[in-house]
Amino acid sequence: MRHILSILVENEPGVLSRVSGLFSGRGFNIETLNVAPTLEEGVSIMTISTTGDEQIIEQIIKQLRKLVTVIKVVDLTEVKNVEREMMLLKVSAEEGKRAEILRIVDVFRCKVVDVGFDELTIEITGTQDKLTALINLMQRFGIKEIARTGAVAMRRSMQ
Amino acid sequence: MELTGAQILLESLGREGVDVLFGFPGGAVIDIYHQIPNYPNLKHVLVRHEQGAIHMADGYARATGKVGVCLVTSGPGATNTVTGIATAYMDSIPVVIITGQVPTPLIGNDAFQEVDIVGITRPCTKHNYLVKDITKLAKTIKEAFFLAQSGRPGPVLIDLPKDLQQQKCTYSYPKKVSMRGYNPHYDPNVKQVRKVAELLCKSKHPVIYAGGGVISSGASKEVTKLAQTYGVPVTATLMGLGCFPGDDPMWLGMLGMHGTYAANHSISNADLILAVGARFDDRVTGKLSEFATKATMVHIDIDPTSIQKNVHVHVPIVADCRLFMEALNKEMAAIVEEGEGCPPKTKWLEQTAEWKAKHPLKYKPAAKGGMIKPQSVVEALYKITKGDCIIATEVGQNQMWAAQFFNYKKPRTLLTSGGLGTMGYGFPAAIGAQAAFPEKLVIDVAGDGSIQMCIQELATAVCYNLPVKIVILNNGYLGMVRQWQELFYEKNYCNTCMDVAPDFVKLAEAYGAAGFRVTQAKDLEATLKEAFATPKPCIVDVVVDPEENVYPMVPAGKSLTEMILV
Ligand SMILES: Cc1ncc(C[n+]2csc(CCOP(=O)(O)OP(=O)(O)O)c2C)c(N)n1
Repeated sequence: MRHILSILVENEPGVLSRVSGLFSGRGFNIETLNVAPTLEEGVSIMTISTTGDEQIIEQIIKQLRKLVTVIKVVDLTEVKNVEREMMLLKVSAEEGKRAEILRIVDVFRCKVVDVGFDELTIEITGTQDKLTALINLMQRFGIKEIARTGAVAMRRSMQ
Repeated sequence: MELTGAQILLESLGREGVDVLFGFPGGAVIDIYHQIPNYPNLKHVLVRHEQGAIHMADGYARATGKVGVCLVTSGPGATNTVTGIATAYMDSIPVVIITGQVPTPLIGNDAFQEVDIVGITRPCTKHNYLVKDITKLAKTIKEAFFLAQSGRPGPVLIDLPKDLQQQKCTYSYPKKVSMRGYNPHYDPNVKQVRKVAELLCKSKHPVIYAGGGVISSGASKEVTKLAQTYGVPVTATLMGLGCFPGDDPMWLGMLGMHGTYAANHSISNADLILAVGARFDDRVTGKLSEFATKATMVHIDIDPTSIQKNVHVHVPIVADCRLFMEALNKEMAAIVEEGEGCPPKTKWLEQTAEWKAKHPLKYKPAAKGGMIKPQSVVEALYKITKGDCIIATEVGQNQMWAAQFFNYKKPRTLLTSGGLGTMGYGFPAAIGAQAAFPEKLVIDVAGDGSIQMCIQELATAVCYNLPVKIVILNNGYLGMVRQWQELFYEKNYCNTCMDVAPDFVKLAEAYGAAGFRVTQAKDLEATLKEAFATPKPCIVDVVVDPEENVYPMVPAGKSLTEMILV
């Protein structure tokens, strides 16, 4: 099953490599990984999505907690959560196709952030499913490039 | 008080109670070495290879229970310690490794002798540091020592750039450590203690399965008390040997691949297993799906990652083993007091005694005038010393025989590389132990292959007059690998015959140590005694039967009851 882990870490050199090294060294898989500073100085938050059976996830969480520079680990999958990912997608958009692409952009409530002679760059935010749906729809126009942030997530206020 | 980084380091080591430093100099630590004469309470042992330094620090730590410390230069000096760091990591041994680093402005430039030792050792240290700010040095050292010996102990590395060793700052050594990401949990949960006590009283076939954690937490006395008071048989891992008296009637012997018949059968038939500070290593469990299938599993460990990793545990307990066993003994006493009692497991003890009697550890004795059996050498060591010595081992058959045929009675009397199985470990570890206990008899039980991996430390032993005795079980083979080739690879003895070897007697003499050779069983005891009485490092080269094997043996992937017996 897919799990989203929210990991509070000391913001110091080598932390990312300690965490990612833990995954690679033990043969666990990272699906997406995202790191950024938090409100508190010196503390960053990592969001990692990964897959594995219960036993593997339990090991991952325990091993993460064992790292000295890891302050807190929460498995967000166990609580109600909001999950989002941002993606930039560059798609071919020759004359005759452009209108249809824009219609899709509209339906998906995403936006065009860059326009070229025969291509458009679209910004979309949403769940993994939504991003996948857009990719599927755009495939037939020809996707030239995508860049994704990986999931970020938070516990919902009303549990 | 303004001090340089080098002074801060040495001053802080003093505050941590460090009395010996095992090291090897170089340009990147020359500033530290420059200061060493100013700290006369700190003895420095100059090794001949950095691998020797880390193993010595490790042996010192295992024998004393204190933190072992080693100091080496950057680049090649630092990488030479990696095998020893991994060895200490696998066996949870508290060591602090101080490595020199190129000056900060050069870091990342492929400077002369630069290596990213923090990156290299990240997977095999409990934690490591690259110090980049002189004002943080004292705090870093304090943290390193705290981390190394608290919770599940382990190696911690501090990489110290040369310019920081020269920079000055005001020195004050912190009294306390606080790290928000590090809070080991020591205290056992009261309800769980009660639960375990009740399980133990109800059980008919209980076994204590003790690991290295019993020794490192100092739980030996409590484990022994529990086993003797309530009649619970005890088995231990290689790392646990010595945590329970090897001559006690409750002792089953070591379990696992080369464990005893009684231990492996007891585990397989147990209805309750108290796993204390052990981690269900694959060399112990054999085929996992058939390991102790009849038992309710109670697992006590300071490290939550060890629990539920390999086997399903019914009662997981994250706690310090000593504190838990103390609480359990109290709880048991309370239950007895309450009048409910803990019925004796008479039938079970009869059964385990029968297993012990039926298949004790044994070997085919040498034919008259035949070659010496290696097992008999270990037996002779026990007979002569009565167990009153520290045994270090190399790795291979020698290690297994040293585990099987010597009754360890006290914790910290067997120093052996369990988790990593590092050839070359024993001799330097023995030197480290001897440095801590100059008056004790310290013996390295060696193979002719392993001893050649760190043999250069003979110079160190001679130089500091550390009279370690190396007893080589010389079979002319990389014996343990040859045994596997014999049993599982059609006797294809590919590259395991060590027919070109040095003359160990002459080699000892060349280093200024004493050398002895034994080829006849009748000379064995006398020669060992003579070596032990010689106040110098000695090699006793015992020429043994080359094709002797270690039995019992559970073939890899088989269950513990599928043993090959002698
Ligand atoms: C550094 C290292 N290299 C290789 C091995 C693999 N290995 C395990 S046992 C063994 C043979 C050891 O031979 P020897 O020291 O002569 O001891 P014996 O088994 O003959 O007692 C080898 C090569 C190891 N454990 N460690």
